[in-house]
Amino acid sequence: MIRFESVYKRYPTGREALSGVSFTVERGEMAFLTGPSGAGKSSILKLIALIERPTRGQVIVAKQNTATLKSRAIPQFRREIGVVFQDHKLLHDRPVADNVALPLIVAGVPERETTKRVRAALDQVGLLGREKSRPLELSTGEQQRVGIARAIVAKPPLLIADEPTGNLDPMLALEIMRVFKRLNDVGVTVVVATHDLNLIEQFPARRIVLGDGRIMADTAPAALAAATSTAASLAAAAAAATPAAPASA
Amino acid sequence: MNRLRAYLLRHAQMLVGSLGRLARQPFASLLTAAVIGIALALPLCLELILQNAGAATSAWNDAFEISVYLDKGVSGERAQAIQKELERRDDVATVRLVTPAQALAEFRVNSGFGSALDALADNPLPTTLLVTPSLAASTTEGTTALKTAIGAIAGVATAQLDSEWVQRLDAILELLRRVVFLTAALLAIGVLLIIGNTIRLDIANRRAEIEVMKLVGATDRFARRPFLWTGFWYGLSGGLIAIGLVAVVEFAIGGPTARLAALYGSSFQLNGLAWPTVGGTVLGAAALGWIGAWLTASQHIREIHPH
Repeated sequence: MIRFESVYKRYPTGREALSGVSFTVERGEMAFLTGPSGAGKSSILKLIALIERPTRGQVIVAKQNTATLKSRAIPQFRREIGVVFQDHKLLHDRPVADNVALPLIVAGVPERETTKRVRAALDQVGLLGREKSRPLELSTGEQQRVGIARAIVAKPPLLIADEPTGNLDPMLALEIMRVFKRLNDVGVTVVVATHDLNLIEQFPARRIVLGDGRIMADTAPAALAAATSTAASLAAAAAAATPAAPASA
Repeated sequence: MNRLRAYLLRHAQMLVGSLGRLARQPFASLLTAAVIGIALALPLCLELILQNAGAATSAWNDAFEISVYLDKGVSGERAQAIQKELERRDDVATVRLVTPAQALAEFRVNSGFGSALDALADNPLPTTLLVTPSLAASTTEGTTALKTAIGAIAGVATAQLDSEWVQRLDAILELLRRVVFLTAALLAIGVLLIIGNTIRLDIANRRAEIEVMKLVGATDRFARRPFLWTGFWYGLSGGLIAIGLVAVVEFAIGGPTARLAALYGSSFQLNGLAWPTVGGTVLGAAALGWIGAWLTASQHIREIHPH
């Protein structure tokens, strides 16, 4: 589903966010991207969603090479990917229902179908009944969930999320991760960038650990299951992440 | 079929939505519409004047009348024969015979020289035929040809055609028509620029929203659509304001025009703009709004990339 081949990303400011990253996420797989902030998690997600293009290397998403994709084809490409943004990116002058419906509206889905799917998506994130609220009337956590509902409403085959539980209390965070897991169970490829190690500890999924623009560790779920204690793998992940922290700060 | 219905429904929603957005900033929206209205009112006022000048002068088509003075010795029978001959012509509508006695009586009444005329031994006025050309021949060329033909008839002393001032007026009206056209064309370009600039600011203000739309897969066409409707509303309201302004002008100059006409012994009244002109203006303004928005939005929305 996603293939990165020696990807480098340097921003116009001169900062090199990614330095030769290679990995593959198969269709139907669920993967966590972890590592300290500034390690390159967000950059990887932006490259997948074609918000950014790599400076060097290849990014292939859903068999499409993002480097050669024509700008006319980008809207259709993005409709196949649900994105949860760290800063929500909601439209503050529209009610919750309109925000969630946006991916369906731009895709020309009929009104009745849209209403039905918006309700289903809001139900999944526990916000049924808040359709008419404005985003600013909601708590940060609720806004985050609106963003998640919007990402899943069009039932995209690929879901990517940037710190989707960052503003949620532990109970809600767990609930949201279960939503992602349920989607993954029905075949959606899910990539979640998070530094909440406690949370991902509870989900047996692949873990790609980033540090200073490089992949420090890539642990398959099988290996995780084999680990005798979750504390050990937690410590290993923390150890892998720690050396990179001073450089990225 | 469902998709088409959904598409049309979305358009209708954007139509109403963009109007609502304008209504939330009534002062700024009205200001833009007023600028467009004033720009369009100028050529419309010129058109109003032209249209009325045309109507006023069309009543003076008898300016093409040819006065035919017969030789002094021509008898009454011969004069009637010439009248009959002229009436048979295709390019002649009517011929009125004025005998020397009638002419003298008219002159006595109109000139105020009554007592002076009494001093004359005999009537010095010739028999006169007043020839009105047919509608088809009421052109400069037509009347000139007719005048030449009449001049050649035996018994005719002179045929006089005094249409020079009509030709001058026609030339002035033609010039004015060009001026109206050019003014309208220039101001239409002005309206395009006004709307383009307004839409450009509008897009800059809603940049974040456009970015979000693009992030969830909106095409440029989709993101552009609400702005096209905004442009449409600007144009439409500008057109209506222009029509309103012209109505005010009509009201303001209607009275003085009637008084001026009365001084010239005319019952001429100022006519409002023709309905096709009114309808054309409103629709044209709406179309200008749409086009202006399209030109700007196409360019600026393409340049917005989410980050």
